[in-house]
Amino acid sequence: MTATMIRVLIAKPGLDGHDRGAKVVARALRDAGMEVIYTGLRQTPEMIADAALQEDVDVIGLSILSGAHGTLIPRVMRLLREKGLERVKVFVGGIIPDSDIPDLKASGVAGVYGPGTPTADVVKAIRDAQGTPQPG
Amino acid sequence: MRRERRSPGNPLRMPTLTERIAAGDRRALATLISRIEKHDPEAPAILGALHERTGRAMVVGITGAPGTGKSTLVAALAGAFRRGTAGHPPRTVGILAVDPTSPFSGGAILGDRIRMRDLAGDEGVFIRSMASRGRLGGLSHATDSAVRALDAAGFETILIETVGVGQDEVDIARQTPTVIVVESPGTGDDIQALKAGILEIADILVVNKADMPGADTTFESLCAMLGLGGGEGDGWKTPVMKTTAATGEGVDALAEAIHRHRAYLRESGEGRRRERERAEADLRERLRERLFERWRQSGRMDLAEMARKVAARECSPEEAVEELLK
Ligand SMILES: Nc1nc2c(ncn2[C@@H]2O[C@H](COP(=O)(O)OP(=O)(O)O)[C@@H](O)[C@H]2O)c(=O)[nH]1
Ligand SMILES: [Mg+2]
Repeated sequence: MTATMIRVLIAKPGLDGHDRGAKVVARALRDAGMEVIYTGLRQTPEMIADAALQEDVDVIGLSILSGAHGTLIPRVMRLLREKGLERVKVFVGGIIPDSDIPDLKASGVAGVYGPGTPTADVVKAIRDAQGTPQPG
Repeated sequence: MRRERRSPGNPLRMPTLTERIAAGDRRALATLISRIEKHDPEAPAILGALHERTGRAMVVGITGAPGTGKSTLVAALAGAFRRGTAGHPPRTVGILAVDPTSPFSGGAILGDRIRMRDLAGDEGVFIRSMASRGRLGGLSHATDSAVRALDAAGFETILIETVGVGQDEVDIARQTPTVIVVESPGTGDDIQALKAGILEIADILVVNKADMPGADTTFESLCAMLGLGGGEGDGWKTPVMKTTAATGEGVDALAEAIHRHRAYLRESGEGRRRERERAEADLRERLRERLFERWRQSGRMDLAEMARKVAARECSPEEAVEELLK
């Protein structure tokens, strides 16, 4: 079991207010048997990339409600590449206009999930990305 | 063999994980800790190669009930060590923050980093969150190895945060040279640590959240409780200290007390005694594991079948063991 443990960093970049959605996802991932490193509000791209390196995570989940994804996400992706962490899969959740999704994907984001996405879908996407079969 | 050993001089050769860790490569350190957690068969050899670089760090365990402010205190302490205090120059800091694994899913939420935001961006700090993972071989084994990895990477102070509730967590604390037990007011009249039986392993007792009402009462009851135990002549007298981790009040004084305890361990010989004791317990545990493994691999006997016989009262456990060792 421990040999295939998935470690996920959940972070909330930007200055917007609450992290309820991020916490719901964090709990769902824990309940799906993953280890979730929860870093909380107001994370800068530098903090996120540094934490991902120290924690040696497989996946990063970013929650953004502020509309600042257009600047924040490319910076996170660039820092990850600079640190040699291109293997880490990045998922983005929050309020992202459909028209912005192609650019985010082009910058290397593995998946984008809007509000109301069932947490089971996020769990499945992460497992698929890690090549771990769904149990049951 | 000899030629191979010279090859580190070859600039085209990729440095090994061991060499990268020794050179302070943070990514290599993170990778080694993951391998330790996964029981990677190569991890023991890497740790073995790093062994001669270990033993330099000042290792401190911080334990106590959930919510007493351990993570906030660890962050504040790390800040104090990084800045340096009156009598001591700045030191680099490695942090291991251990949180429990959910017994239902095997997953975990590791939230200690939330309180350690101020340490971000400092290359002299390395923070790693660990889940207790009900592992075979025990949690203390994995944290012990992770501490050695941080030590070998050159971190001068290592702070280990554990929730002081389970036996495993108490064991980790017990293994560290300096143990800090954290209490806070407002958790009722009773002292949490007393229930968990961890008060007696404290080298320093801290009443955190000194800004909150009831802190003085908690402080006084802890002092009274320690007084009951009686002083042991000229040995170490466990101090009770007040901190407000949220503002940093009292944290420099705590850092100084940690230095004092380290000096005491060194000067009294107690440090060497504890280190020997710890090494012996560790070796015994490793031997037990290896001997069992060797027996299991060489044995033609079936443990499960023997267990069935014992359960069915066909033979006694005493007879079964004799039989299994034949
Ligand atoms: N009033 C007050 N609150 C504090 C202090 N230190 C920590 N806290 C708060 O106590 C809560 C739990 O802190 P945390 O460090 O996560 O505790 P842990 O579970 O023991 O690691 C958080 O809301 C902190 O902000 C303090 O010195 N004073
Ligand atoms: Mg904590």
